[in-house]
Amino acid sequence: MTDKERQELLQQLLEKQRAGQLKPADRFKIPPQDMPEQDHNARTHNVNEVALGYTETHARLEAMRCLGCKNAPCIEGCPVQIRIQDFIAAIAEGEYKKALDIIKDNSLLPAVCGRVCPQEVQCQLTCTVGRKLKDPTKAVSIGRLERFVADLDQDNESIPAVATETGMEVAVIGSGPGGIVAAADTRRAGHDVTIFEAFHKTGGVMVYGIPEFRLPKAIVQKEIDTLKKMGVKIVTNFIVGRIRTIEQLMKEDGFDAVYIGVGAGLPRFMSIEGESLIGVYSANEYLTRANLMKAYDFGKGADTPIAISKKVAVIGGGNVAMDSARTAVRLGAEKVYLVYRRTEKEMPARIEEVQHAKEEGIEFHILQSPKRIIGDENSHVTAIECLRYRLGEPDESGRRRPIPIEGSEFRIDVDSVIIAIGNVANPLIRQTTPGLEFNKWGNIVVDENCKTSMEGVYAGGDIVLGAATVILAMGQGRIAAAAINRYLAEKKRDSEKNPT
Amino acid sequence: MSHKIVVKKKLSEDVFTAEIEAPLIAQARKPGQFVIISINSDYSERIPLTIADANPRKGTISLIWQRVGKTTAELADLQQGDEIANISGPLGRPTHIESFGTVVCVGGGIGNAPLLPIAKALKKAGNKIISIIGARTKNLLILEDEFAVISDELIVTTDDGSYGRKALVTEPLKEVCGRDPKPDQAFVIGPAIMMKFCCEVTKQFNVPTQVSLNTIMVDGTGMCGGCRVEVDGKPKFVCVDGPEFDGHKVNFDLMMKRLDAYKNQEQNAYEHYKKHQCKIGLDK
Repeated sequence: MTDKERQELLQQLLEKQRAGQLKPADRFKIPPQDMPEQDHNARTHNVNEVALGYTETHARLEAMRCLGCKNAPCIEGCPVQIRIQDFIAAIAEGEYKKALDIIKDNSLLPAVCGRVCPQEVQCQLTCTVGRKLKDPTKAVSIGRLERFVADLDQDNESIPAVATETGMEVAVIGSGPGGIVAAADTRRAGHDVTIFEAFHKTGGVMVYGIPEFRLPKAIVQKEIDTLKKMGVKIVTNFIVGRIRTIEQLMKEDGFDAVYIGVGAGLPRFMSIEGESLIGVYSANEYLTRANLMKAYDFGKGADTPIAISKKVAVIGGGNVAMDSARTAVRLGAEKVYLVYRRTEKEMPARIEEVQHAKEEGIEFHILQSPKRIIGDENSHVTAIECLRYRLGEPDESGRRRPIPIEGSEFRIDVDSVIIAIGNVANPLIRQTTPGLEFNKWGNIVVDENCKTSMEGVYAGGDIVLGAATVILAMGQGRIAAAAINRYLAEKKRDSEKNPT
Repeated sequence: MSHKIVVKKKLSEDVFTAEIEAPLIAQARKPGQFVIISINSDYSERIPLTIADANPRKGTISLIWQRVGKTTAELADLQQGDEIANISGPLGRPTHIESFGTVVCVGGGIGNAPLLPIAKALKKAGNKIISIIGARTKNLLILEDEFAVISDELIVTTDDGSYGRKALVTEPLKEVCGRDPKPDQAFVIGPAIMMKFCCEVTKQFNVPTQVSLNTIMVDGTGMCGGCRVEVDGKPKFVCVDGPEFDGHKVNFDLMMKRLDAYKNQEQNAYEHYKKHQCKIGLDK
């Protein structure tokens, strides 16, 4: 569709709507609005954002595809229950500010979530339009609409109101999505909030993990700046557990409540031969070098090196695998293979990321997995030896179990291998917080209010859920913050009743 | 939160020490732990350095480093009063200190720096300390006086014989291990190759040996896994599982190769830095 056609269609639809004649059948006929994107040849040579964002015409047309279902199945699919049909109706009416306000009732980081949420397995999976068209990718593009209104607001300098100071202190450990939300919500209630971040930069996985081409750092920075303007204190290079324990924070440093949002932690390896060879990276390391430390600018203001790879194999099928593969392309790799032991259908990555990866020339090797990594006499990677797989019966995750085919070994020549098969819980808090209850995987045990076994201590995100998403971490940050606010209000009432 | 350099000294041709403001780390650190520093911008390299000493009262920690590449050269070019942008720590698990009996502490080159606080703590715990400290040449030998104070016996070696005994540290180590009774425990810190050969010696004599590894790191909290080494055939993370390991189980050959992973890039960066520094000098 050309811009002109799009505008004409929008005018016709608006006239119909004004006349009260816009029927669901008309809405179904509106073609799903594609996301304007950077050309795939150009974008592999830069790190700029790939998806450029809807124009107003795109957004209003897409919004008019929404049927406004009474039962709003999309909301059930949203981990934080954004009033989706209401904000979309507001966009259709051109009321963008109103749309954003509706989103912000439930979600604090729409510019982030609009970009990185896996909508096709959440809100867009349950969308009636997508169901009727028998294709979740043809559902109303809720995420793109969310991003559209959030981006319009990027220049807005307004700061959320903060209640009268309560004199209570909250420590938030980790400045990722959960920590940001927990800090904002507890600060709004008037508490004195400090975020402790282990890295020298704030934003957690949104700055070290998710690449610039998918989530620009400036968007994350804006959220951090807003927190600072609200009076949230941020301390970087502060590793809770090592420099101060949680117990010290509460007993000696005067914190009344703590939110633990430290993320997942240790990268999982495959326990196969050759994993320590030079050129084998965890996705965490590869992405941290590239994103946080800007290894792509090595020698031009950035001092962190990264392998200069020509042929790269990325192992895994999630978003992190796609991010790694697409980063390798941008770092100049000539050939990037994505090796996954199930099929594309089972890949946990967002559909858009899979599409983008393919457009950028990444070669998908499905139903394969490395058996060992082969190196030369200097311990540099030269190849991976893979086995072919077939799918068996569904396992406990509901996905069909991959079964190796005996004797199917073959080699792929590569000089780098990036392992993107998930993380296990970081043991740092567990090792240094004896009073805290953990499950057998090392994740913190919490109740429905994200409260842990220690009084005044709450937790959320990957360290509780295992592998989660930005939106789930945010959702838990919000639940925990509400619980902390209730806990501190009670604590304050008690201390006023029984002054010591 | 940046950290002011309170005192800076040159210990030998390429070895420097600085006392740096970091009050919380000074309070929390224990022997065997390290910090990760990055000097100025957000995109400076993050490098791990062992905490050589700390003064909780003054709120300072002491670092000792050898000028080997761009970042360590940049650090060496800083002066008293200058600031370091980021110091994160204390990282790693503290050394397990107990009364073993007789402990032989072997330090090579810059490794003497992280070894000293451990030797001090071992002494305090009631151990008899035999220290063997070595360097390539006299000018590179550091901390001899400090080791003399806490050691029951001190053996100094240089590879070229310019000072002390002309030998590699493995030679006196072999003699010490051959004594009756043999030492109950060894701690060895130095270049990977030196630790490898020391471990071969102590293994012959069945003397349990702790080594402290200094691998390439990024975050230092277990997140990236770049520091992994093979211990007893299994991957271990130096930052969270270490930095100390049973030296008889470490795959030093692989570790040495991994340390060289970015050799070319590092050399280019260092050359570029040196050239750039010279130009600045000429402008003045």
